[in-house]
Amino acid sequence: MSGRYRILLPILSLAVLLAAVFYLQPRAMSYFGLNLLFNLAVPIALATIAQMMIIMVNDIDLSIGTFVSFVACVTATFLNETPLLGAGILLLSIMVYAAMGALIHIRQLPAIVVTLGMSFVWAGLAVLLLPSPGGASPGWIRTLMTVKPPFVPMAVVACILIAAVTHLLIMRSATGTLLRAVGGNTQAVLRAGWSVTKLKAGAYALAGLFGVLAGMCLVGLTTSADANIALRYTLLSIAGVILGGGEFVGGRISPVGAVIGALTLSLAGSFLSFMRLSPDWQIGAQGAILILVLAVRLVFARNGNRWKEAKNG
Amino acid sequence: MQQATEAGSSPPARPLVALSDARMAFGAVRALDGVSLTIQPGECVGLIGHNGAGKSTAVNVINGGLTPTGGSVEYSLPDGGTGTGAAAARAAGIRSVFQELSLCPNLTVEETIRVPHHDLSGFGWRKTARKRISEALDRIFPGHGIETGATVGDLSLAERQMVEIAAGFAEGKMAVRLVILDEPTSSLDAAVARQLLAYVRTFCSAGGAVIFISHMLGEVFEVASRIDVMKDGKIIASRPASEFTQQSLIDAMGHVASTQAEAATRADAENRLGEEVLTTPEGLSARRGEIVGLAGLAGHGQAEALARFFMSRSAGMRHTKAPEVTFVAGDRGRDGVLPLWSILQNLTLTTLPSLLRNGLVDRSAEDGLGKDWKQKIGIRTDNMSNPILSLSGGNQQKVLFARSLASTAPIVVMDDPMRGVDVGTKQEAYDMIRREAEAGRTFLWYSTETDEIVQCDRAFVFRNGQISAELVGDDISEENILAASFEMHEEAS
Repeated sequence: MSGRYRILLPILSLAVLLAAVFYLQPRAMSYFGLNLLFNLAVPIALATIAQMMIIMVNDIDLSIGTFVSFVACVTATFLNETPLLGAGILLLSIMVYAAMGALIHIRQLPAIVVTLGMSFVWAGLAVLLLPSPGGASPGWIRTLMTVKPPFVPMAVVACILIAAVTHLLIMRSATGTLLRAVGGNTQAVLRAGWSVTKLKAGAYALAGLFGVLAGMCLVGLTTSADANIALRYTLLSIAGVILGGGEFVGGRISPVGAVIGALTLSLAGSFLSFMRLSPDWQIGAQGAILILVLAVRLVFARNGNRWKEAKNG
Repeated sequence: MQQATEAGSSPPARPLVALSDARMAFGAVRALDGVSLTIQPGECVGLIGHNGAGKSTAVNVINGGLTPTGGSVEYSLPDGGTGTGAAAARAAGIRSVFQELSLCPNLTVEETIRVPHHDLSGFGWRKTARKRISEALDRIFPGHGIETGATVGDLSLAERQMVEIAAGFAEGKMAVRLVILDEPTSSLDAAVARQLLAYVRTFCSAGGAVIFISHMLGEVFEVASRIDVMKDGKIIASRPASEFTQQSLIDAMGHVASTQAEAATRADAENRLGEEVLTTPEGLSARRGEIVGLAGLAGHGQAEALARFFMSRSAGMRHTKAPEVTFVAGDRGRDGVLPLWSILQNLTLTTLPSLLRNGLVDRSAEDGLGKDWKQKIGIRTDNMSNPILSLSGGNQQKVLFARSLASTAPIVVMDDPMRGVDVGTKQEAYDMIRREAEAGRTFLWYSTETDEIVQCDRAFVFRNGQISAELVGDDISEENILAASFEMHEEAS
C-alpha cells in the first residue's frame, strides 16, 4: 500500500465505528458525550505513540503497560507529595529506557526478551510504591485534564495535539527521518557514519517520554493510581500502532494513524457497552475488530502490488 | 590524464586517496593482500576482477567502511591536510553507490538523502534535500520522471538505482570529489545507462574522480581512463585503458588452471550419462549422472534459478519418503544448519520420513544411518550427538552433504556449497560428488569458483539473470567462463 493512502483505512475504521456509536446512542453526539467517549483514549494514545517509537526501529516493547502503571504510581505518590523528587524519578526512568535501547543494540539482544524482563521490574516497583490502590493526582494535572475548552472537548483537542506534535517530530523533522531510516535500513544508516546505538537510545528515550506522559495523564483522569492500572496498555498500544497503518518491521509507521488507532480501540470498548455486551467480551471483540481491519488492509496491499507490477512490469 | 581543474586542489597531482600496501584479512581469508593505488582528481578508474578478487573489500577500504588490518589509507582533505578513517573519507568528499541497494524503502526520495548528508537539519532541511536530489537527478538522468515525494519502496528497481546514483553525486556540504560506483548499471536499461556513462565523463573532465566497477567491459572501456585488474586480493595490472583490449583484460583476470586431472573423469562421460532428467524454463538441462555447473559472477541469478527449480520440484504439503530433489546449502547459517540440534539430528533431517516406525522416529535406525555416514564421509567427531556447532565449518558442510546424499533423491541441487570450506574437505567433497554421479545421481552445482566449475560435465554461465553461454566438456575453461560472464560487446544502441 502506498504511503499516501496508508492513513485512509484507519480514518475509515474510526468513522464507521463512530457512526455506529452515534446510531446506537444519539446522545453521545454532544460536547459532554464526546468527552466521555474519548477521555480515557488520551493516555492510550500517548502509550501507543510510545510503542510506535519502538516499533519504528524494528523492536517491540512488552513493558509499556507496566511502565505506564509504574509512572502512574510515581505520579500519584512522589510527584504529588515531593514534586522535585517525583520529577527526578520520572526523568531517571526515561534514561533507563534510553539505556535499554542502547543495550539492545550493542549486545544485539532481542527487544522482546529485554522488554518482557523489564516489564516485571516496572511491575515490581509499582507494587512497592502502591501495594493497594491509592495516592492522589497532583492538582495541576487534574486541572489540565479537566479543562473545558470551548466547542471541542478536551479529549479531542489533546488527541489532535498529540498527533500534530508527533507528526512534526517523527515525519517532518530531520532527526525523525533519521530514526525512521534506522527501521528502514539499519545498514545504510551505519554505513553513512551515524551511531545507530545513539539513534536507538534516542528512539527508546522518546518512548519513555511518551510513556511518562501517558501515566501522568491517566492519573489526572482517574485521580488515583493502582499498580495494575494500565496493564492492558501493552497489547492496546501494539494493536493501535498496527491498526493505524504501521508495520512491525521496516520503519513504516504513522503517528497520526497511531493516535487514530488508539481512538478506534477505545471507542470499540464503548461501542460494545452500548450494545450491552458484558465487559468480559470486550477484549475478544477488540481483537475481532483488529483482525477485520488487518484483513481489509491485506486485501488493499495485494491489489496495490498488482498495480505496481502492472506499472513496472 | 586530465588536469585537475577543481578549485582548492592547488598542487596538481595530489591524490584524493592513496592506499599503500593495504591488507585486509577476515580470519584466515586474505581479502586484500597488499594493494597500493592512488586516485587523482579527474581520473575514472575501472576496477575489474572475478568473484572474490577483492573488489568489494577494496571499495570498502577506500571509502573508510573497513579499517585495513595492515598498510595505510590516506585521504587528502579539501583544506589541504590529510587524514585517515571513515570521518576523513567523508570530509574528503568520497561517496559510494553500492551494488546492493542501500536506500531505506520507507522514506521518500528527498528523505533518503538525509541519511548520507549529515548537515541536513533544522528548519527547511526538506527544501534543501529536495533541491539537492532533484538537481542531481535532472543533471544525470534528464527526463527521469521521479517525484521527490514518492516513497522509495514504491519505485521500480531501476528508479531506485537512479535515486541511489543521484544521491551519490548530489551536491552537499562537502564537495563531491570521488564517487565509487559498484555495478551501477545492473538494473538500468540501455538508454539510462548511457545517460549515466555520459555524466561520468563530464564529471571526470570537470575534475571529479570515479571508481567504476562493472561486469560490462564495454562500459568500462567507454568511461575509464585507467583500468586496474584485481585477482586474489592484489592489483595485478594497472594501465591506461587504451593499452587494454577486451581480450587482454579477460586474459589478465584469469590464470592457467590445471585441468588435466578432470579430463580423466570427463573421458568416460559419454557412456556414463543417461537420459535427460530435467529442463527448466531458463534453459537449464541435465542428464542422469551428469554434474552441471552454474557459473558466472556472483549474484547474476544462479541461486535464484536453483531455488526456482528446487521449489518447483519439492513444494507441497506432504512429506515424502522419496523426494525428487534435495538441496545442499552454501549459506550454512541461513539455510543449512539447525544450530541447536545435534550432528545426528541435522544429518537425518531429510531422511526422517523413511526412518519412521509407527509414526515415531526409529532411534536405532537413525543411529545406524548416522554411523554409516560418519564413516562414509569422515565427519570428525567422537560422538554424533554432539551439537552441530561443535564441528568446524568444513565438517558442518559434510553433514549437510550427507543429509542430501542419504536420501534417495536422484537430483541434488548445490548452492555454492564449498563457501568457506578448507582445501582438504573440498577434495573429499569433490571425490564424493564424482562417486555419486557415477552411481547415477545428477548434480546442479552453483559455484563462484572456477576450479570447481571446470570439474563439471557441462556448465551454464549466467549473466544478468540469463544464461549467456553453455559450455560442454573441454570448452569449460576459465577463459570461456570469464568471457561469458563479462559483457564483451557494447549493446547496440
